[in-house]
Amino acid sequence: MANHFPNEAEATHDHISPVGSSVAIWLTLLVFTGITVGAAFIDLGPFNIVVALVIATIKATLVVLFFMHVKYTNEKLTPLVIVSAIFFLFLLLGLSMADYATRLWR
Amino acid sequence: MQTSPAAVVEAHAHDNPALLHHFATEGQQKNAASLGMWLFLAQEVMFFGGMFCAYLIYRYKYFGDFGSASQQLSITLGAINTAVLICSSLTVVLAVRAAQLGKRTALVIWLLLTIVLGLVFLGIKADEYAEKFEKHHVPGPHFSYHELLPGQEGKPAAEQQYANPRHAEMYFSLYFAMTGMHALHMIIGVGIFAYLALMAYRGKYGAEYYTPIENSGLYWHFVDIVWIYLFPLLYLIDRHR
Repeated sequence: MANHFPNEAEATHDHISPVGSSVAIWLTLLVFTGITVGAAFIDLGPFNIVVALVIATIKATLVVLFFMHVKYTNEKLTPLVIVSAIFFLFLLLGLSMADYATRLWR
Repeated sequence: MQTSPAAVVEAHAHDNPALLHHFATEGQQKNAASLGMWLFLAQEVMFFGGMFCAYLIYRYKYFGDFGSASQQLSITLGAINTAVLICSSLTVVLAVRAAQLGKRTALVIWLLLTIVLGLVFLGIKADEYAEKFEKHHVPGPHFSYHELLPGQEGKPAAEQQYANPRHAEMYFSLYFAMTGMHALHMIIGVGIFAYLALMAYRGKYGAEYYTPIENSGLYWHFVDIVWIYLFPLLYLIDRHR
């Protein structure tokens, strides 16, 4: 008989985050917060905002993967939902900026 | 593992009373609840995304004015609040862990600590808002703004350029809209966690059933992520000039 619920076998054993790795992620997030504050005072020209957003994205990725357990999830649709949300966010930001950034073009 | 009708009947007969009749197994029920929460969070990404888009457009149009207005915020308070939220995310992780291990007292303590950290964040935010009211930096009829553009301090007084107050007002409109909507999410989060703490104290959650703890945790972490982006975009722009 076909297995209609492929996730259920693993799902009975949920990932429990070890305290040590959670504390390590927490410390990393605090260190990156310090780095982003420090980097804001260094003149990097147009790259200040790039550095700030890259650090923010690293922090967000750590939170999603480890604190939100996505690295250990057995629900394969969860990563799809996350990627879709990011895709549509970039669609919103990208197409809006494509409009505003090119209005002076002739 | 095969799912025969007999196995499903057996799962319902002997196992978890929290297992609802339209789910075959606990694992399936948990995954469905988790996926539903992630779909809600995807919707939240688009909700905050609209405001981030507005910010991006106006930062592009009123570049220097936004830099000037941003420097009216306190980096110290913003950084402390970032750290407070990161600490609260750790307490949420530890609360989920305590629930998974069936440690009731630890669960209640971590939930209460999360609430305390959430309230510390909101207290600092309220202090920042109060300062904005005092300085007339709240958009509306009493708004007034007379500050230099970034990088103008060292110049002779006659050559100094000031920020356009209308453009600075747009920055503060976005500041209040974004941090205000974030703070509303925090207030709702504190309410949810207060309910969870009460139910956890009554022993409703344990290793067998902790879906509300886990999904509320996902919500809390999402609100943390929103702040992770708000902090550099609102507080840290043009500080090097």
